[in-house]
Amino acid sequence: MAIAIKPVGGLTPANIGESLRRKPDLKGALFQFVMLFSLSISIGVLVVLLYTVVSDAWPVLSTRLGDFVTGTLAPDAGRAGISQGLKGTFYLCVIVAIVAFPLGIAAAIYLEEYAPRTRLSSFIEVNIRNLAGVPSVVYGILGLAIFVNGWGISALTGGRSPLAGGLTLAALVLPVVIITTQEAIRAVPSALREAGFGVGATKWEVIKDHILPYAAPGILTGTLLSIARAAGEAAPLLLVGTITGFISNSPGWFDVRQVQDKFAAMPTIITSWAKQPEEGFRVENAAAAIVVLVAFVILLNSAAILLRNRFEAKRAG
Amino acid sequence: MTAAVKWDVSELQGSPHRRNRERWVKGVAFAAALTSVLISLLIIGSLLFEAVNFITNVDLSRLWDRGWFPRRGVFDLKTLIVATLWVTVIAMIVAAPLGMAAAVYMSEYATPRVRKILKPILEVLAGIPSVVLGFFALQFINPTLVRSWIDDANSSGNMISAGIGVGILTIPLIASISEDALAAVPNALREASAGIGARKLTTTVAIVIPAAVSGLVAAFIIATSRAIGETMVVFIAGGAAATALFAGSPVDQGLTMTAAMASVAAGSDEVVGSGEAFTSLFFVGALLFAITLCLNVIADRVVKRYRLEY
Repeated sequence: MAIAIKPVGGLTPANIGESLRRKPDLKGALFQFVMLFSLSISIGVLVVLLYTVVSDAWPVLSTRLGDFVTGTLAPDAGRAGISQGLKGTFYLCVIVAIVAFPLGIAAAIYLEEYAPRTRLSSFIEVNIRNLAGVPSVVYGILGLAIFVNGWGISALTGGRSPLAGGLTLAALVLPVVIITTQEAIRAVPSALREAGFGVGATKWEVIKDHILPYAAPGILTGTLLSIARAAGEAAPLLLVGTITGFISNSPGWFDVRQVQDKFAAMPTIITSWAKQPEEGFRVENAAAAIVVLVAFVILLNSAAILLRNRFEAKRAG
Repeated sequence: MTAAVKWDVSELQGSPHRRNRERWVKGVAFAAALTSVLISLLIIGSLLFEAVNFITNVDLSRLWDRGWFPRRGVFDLKTLIVATLWVTVIAMIVAAPLGMAAAVYMSEYATPRVRKILKPILEVLAGIPSVVLGFFALQFINPTLVRSWIDDANSSGNMISAGIGVGILTIPLIASISEDALAAVPNALREASAGIGARKLTTTVAIVIPAAVSGLVAAFIIATSRAIGETMVVFIAGGAAATALFAGSPVDQGLTMTAAMASVAAGSDEVVGSGEAFTSLFFVGALLFAITLCLNVIADRVVKRYRLEY
């Protein structure tokens, strides 16, 4: 007896193979293309941005790069240079590194290794997350009210100085340093900890000899990124108050007393030049200063990214 | 035969030197963690002190006037708030689709090798200082993009070009948070979807994105908060000097809350140390702090409340 095959939904033994064959997925391909296209726009923007800046800066870069980097702030666009801005930004970064790194790493160690599960601990955690979301210009208010004008503190910082600016930026990057260090510490396998305790090491000995060395690449990545962030941050420094016109005295690079003196910084010089009516300042000089700043920031960022990728590959392998 | 060694409990505690050091280290680390709380208190304290000073001294009718002229005692808040809204809305129109699409591509389509190239590029974009985006918005986005489409757009800067600049700045942030959210969706869901015959497109749109929606919403809120708080792009490319008339259209010059603060501060090389113009800085700062804090708390809640546990 023959079995009668009832066609279902137009399928018959003759065409079932045909219908199972994969049809070209036009909608899917289109979707994938749109996603890739959006991503390419972001990358295209980066390329156009770098091209615009370099081509605007070219008259300065090609004719007087040396003078531009070693020159001082001046009212004449053809003679103005950025050495004071570089010096100011250098000191700001050094102060951030001295203040924010030890504080941030110690705080992260406390939160990951010591903190009991209390309300206070979770309050500190939430507080750090919220601090990370505070706009940078609000940190400028902190700098202005406390580090520049604060009672007793202004005598220490010297008012509008690299010290006041550096402390402000240190407060700004502190949450970032804490969070990235916490992540790096969390990634340390707990077997390492247990082995340390097993042979009788104290908590601090385990942290110092095993956890920190293992987490070091991650911590270093976070600190490099936060230095880059501090170097490019302008809004808080506008409130702290930097010089963009003319600085009467110009101490040497390693004269440490200048941390209490008036100062200039790269991002605020760029801001001030970009708002000038004169084209020599607004376009050429501003763009040239941007090239120098961005080169420094991208260098730091790339170092951080390379470092992370290398260690990720090593750990995985 | 020697006598049996008598053990005392105290000998099991280790050396007093090592125990002492433990206590010290813990104390120092705790103090470091408390610094973050101290910073918050100092921020809130310094904002509130002068903000209260401002609100008690200023003529309240001056907070709803025809523009923002701090040195003439006119502090129209709607000028700042409407400008902030324009810039933020334009920024999110630019950044949300581009950032989320980039995240979908990176998480769902890109091969590991392609990802390894693309991700660092996005990270470089994330590291570009905001003053650079301000310069770019003023020198490229406004003349080349905006003014070639909209003839009325102000040539010395306007809210559209500033908004696009802020948007570009927030793309990497949205992309990175969204990508984390998408990557957190377990592969079992994708495999089950593919197993019942769904195409890649269906899996992505109907399974993965809905499963990650809490993270995507959080990314959007955090980016909004970041856009509201962005200062330099608007200060450089928004076109307004220290003062602004109320502007209803984004093709006009505009002064956002952040740019108003920067303007008061940068009015000269020295921040003027007294008067209502100076305290208005703190009042606007307090407002900005409150708005961004609310948004960040909401983003946190969204993630906690709507996250699907796998």
